[in-house]
Order: sequence, then structure tokens, then C-alpha cells
Amino acid sequence: MSRLDKKAIVAGPGYSRWLIPPAALAVHLSIGQVYAFSVFKNSLVASFDTSLTAIGWVFSIAIVMLGLSAAVLGTWVERSGPRKAMLAAALCWGVGFMVGSAGIATGQLWLLYLGYGVIGGIGLGIGYISPVSTLIKWFPDRPGLATGMAIMGFGGGALIASPLSNKLMAVYDPDFVSTEPGAVASGSALASTFVTLGIVYTVFMLIGAALVRVPPGHGDDSTAEHSPGSNGALVRASQAIRTPQFWFLWVVLFCNVTAGIGILEQAAPMIQDFFRENGDSSVTAAAAGGFVGVLSLANMIGRFVWSSLSDRIGRKPTYVMYLGVGLVLYLLLALFGSSSTFVFVALAVVIISYYGGGFATVPAYLKDLFGTLEVGAIHGRLLTAWAAAGVAGPLIVNGILDTVGEPGNLVAADYRPALLTMVGVLAVGFVANLMIKPVSEDHFDDDAHAANEDRISNRKEALR
Amino acid sequence: MSDDTTTTSPAVIALAWALVGIPLAYGLWQTLVKASALFTG
Repeated sequence: MSRLDKKAIVAGPGYSRWLIPPAALAVHLSIGQVYAFSVFKNSLVASFDTSLTAIGWVFSIAIVMLGLSAAVLGTWVERSGPRKAMLAAALCWGVGFMVGSAGIATGQLWLLYLGYGVIGGIGLGIGYISPVSTLIKWFPDRPGLATGMAIMGFGGGALIASPLSNKLMAVYDPDFVSTEPGAVASGSALASTFVTLGIVYTVFMLIGAALVRVPPGHGDDSTAEHSPGSNGALVRASQAIRTPQFWFLWVVLFCNVTAGIGILEQAAPMIQDFFRENGDSSVTAAAAGGFVGVLSLANMIGRFVWSSLSDRIGRKPTYVMYLGVGLVLYLLLALFGSSSTFVFVALAVVIISYYGGGFATVPAYLKDLFGTLEVGAIHGRLLTAWAAAGVAGPLIVNGILDTVGEPGNLVAADYRPALLTMVGVLAVGFVANLMIKPVSEDHFDDDAHAANEDRISNRKEALR
Repeated sequence: MSDDTTTTSPAVIALAWALVGIPLAYGLWQTLVKASALFTG
């Protein structure tokens, strides 16, 4: 038995479950760096002497690989346990930075695609789902709170990585001043920053891997006592994807993410455009940058607050709020967003908090529907919705905006078609959520279900 | 999974949370400074 195996990391008596969220956060804070990738964009464009679009592909490849690897490797993560998965994620993420650094140092863009995009992207997918199933098993009474804490870390990771990366680039290239418009760091500074980040994140993630444990009795899935779904469901991943509930939830996540990206993608130019008169905006570039910061905070806090709330009000009502109230807020933004900056910012903050909440609440929704038998693997498959939305969201928004002009030179009315399209997207998600009913018994894993019933009754018998 | 019978030292739990809490607090602070430009810029 390897020290990485699930059986080797069963918590001893009295091991506090409050050590598991920090272990999960160590991983999610590290991989959340991906959302701060834009800090390198200008410098990478200059270093490779290429277009913004060519550099933009690095991020897109990473997010698509996140979705694909989470879907393909979800079952492996579930069976191997969190420590082995976290180790694999740490190695992929670290090696991804190293290979990317080699690409920058040698001027080979394809190495950056391969390193950060493909290898790092696989690390993102494994890392993202690695602690989710374990957290739900440790916190069966509060799965929304537990996964909300971890997935909040993914949002928080970008908040750390952005200033940290700017500081590192300034250390390696004294001429680089991040606050100066259009500032670019040298190729060698970029390469050194990538190496440093790769080492720091690998070590940080390995600490999480060392800290994580599975709850007592969960060293072997075939003998573990699983928490069934709301109607007693215990469904395997291969069967879950044959249920309408899985695909309705896929649509829900896809729509929620697509709508959120609609604002996040264009946040800075959008707020300036909304308050532009006679060619001049009353919102300065610095204030627009501040707006992006405010949205980052809303994204992170929404993950924790709304996901925790879902433990009290239920998963379906929570998504009714994300999609239904979100739809109304989007409509208000389109029609009245330009009435005052306060109204605009307030509406955008709540909308983005729902975007973050949608990510964080979905594992608990899956647990309610399918039980904990293979919830991590099912979650992995569901994340393909994120990858799809990551492509579709910007395509929809940019496609519509391209017909009216260049963001940064528009006015509020120019955004209305794009925002109203997102209202329609949210309406589709809202209906899909309403269609979600408990999973039919036909999809239950009969063997796992019967064995689990026996284990539960034996435990209760022993307690008498 | 209640914590009623935990034998883990509170210091270990505090250390683990500090390990992730300190970088997160740094990121939050930096973002708050940046976000303040929305109200002052």
C-alpha cells in the first residue's frame, strides 16, 4: 500500500475535520492563479512579438483542458483519493509553469501552449475536483459551506497571483513598473517569474496533499458508508450522465457561467462606456480598474456566502435565485444601468456574486441528486459545462459587440443587445433548474445501495 | 463527522488556517486597495 493511497490517508480517531478546508484551500488558492493570467498578457505579447489573440489562446487552452481533464480523470480522482490527486495536480501545475518558462526563454510559443495550457490545464482539472468529494464526506451536514470554502479559494487565488506576479516581474526586471500604462517585463523576467511561481505553487499544493485525510471508514469505497441523495439515491458517474437531471444541471451551470462571463470579460471598458457622453467617460481608467477589483471580491465572497446559504434554503431555491433574480438584475442593468454608477456597480456586484455562487454550490447539488458514491467523478464530468461556457460566453458577447464597435468607444445602449441576450440565456437556465426532479430509482446502483443500507443499519444497531 | 471528540491540537488547526489565510488576506488587501480607486478615482 502506497502512502498516497486512500487507505493510507484514513484519518485517525479525533482528527479534526477543520484541517480539511485549509488542505483544499492550499490547492485551490494555487490553481486560482489561472484567472490572473492576464497580468502577463502585455509582456508575453512583447516577448513573443505576436498578437493578443495568440497569447489569449494560452488561457483558453488551459480552461478547456481543465474541463476535459476533470471529466476524463474524475473517476480516477475519486478512486485514487485526494492525496494522490493533489500530488498529480501539483506536479502538472508546477511542470506546466516550468515548460512554459522554457517556452518564453527560447521564444517558442508552442511550448507555452503545451506547458501552461495543456500540462498546467490538466493540473487545474485534477486540482479543482481533488478535494470536493472529500470535503462533502467530511461535512455531510454542511456540504455547501465546505465546498464553498474550497471553491472560494479558486476565486481568491487570482487576488493573490495578480499583485504577486507584478512584484516578481519587477524584482527580475527593475525597469518594469506595473502601474505604468502599457508596461512590459523582459522575457527573462517573465521566464524567472514563471519558474518562481511554479516552485511556490508546487510546494504549497504539496502541503495541502500532506494535510488531507479521508474520513474514518472511507479508505475503501466498496465498504464505506455513503451519504445518499435526497431520495436515497446512490448513483455511479457512468449512470449519472444518462439521467436528465445531470444534463439539466449541465445547462444550468453553462447558462450561469456564460452570463457571468458576459460582464467579467468586458468589465473595465463596459463601466466606462456606460457613462460616456460626447465621447468622454465620467469614469476614469483607474476607477474602471477598481471596478474589476470590486467584481473579483464579489466573485470570491459570493462563492462562500451563497453556497453556505444553500445548506439552509436548499439547492434548487438557491439556483432559482441565481438565475431568476440574476435575470431581473441583468434586465435592470440593460435598461437602467446608466442611470448612476452606484446602480451600475450594485447590480454588477450581485450578478457576479451569483456567478461565483453557481460554481461553489454545484457539488452540493450533485450530492443531493446522486449521493456521495461517485460525486467527485460526476462533478468532473459536469465541469465540461464550464469549459463550453468559457468559449461560448466571450464568443456571444464579443460577436454582438463587434457589430456596433470597439469596447472602450461605445455607449450604454450599444451593450443592450448583448445584455438582453444574456437575459435569454439565464431564462433557459432558470427553466432547466425547474425541470430538475429527484433521480429515478432505475439509475440507483443496486449493489452499492443495498450494501450501504446494511452498513447504516449495522451502525445504528451498534449504537443502541 | 462532528468535532466533539477531536484530539487535534488547536495550534495545528490555527497553523493550517494561517498558512492559507495569510496569503488570502494579502490578496484581499491588495484588491481592496485597487478597488478603492472606484470610489476615489
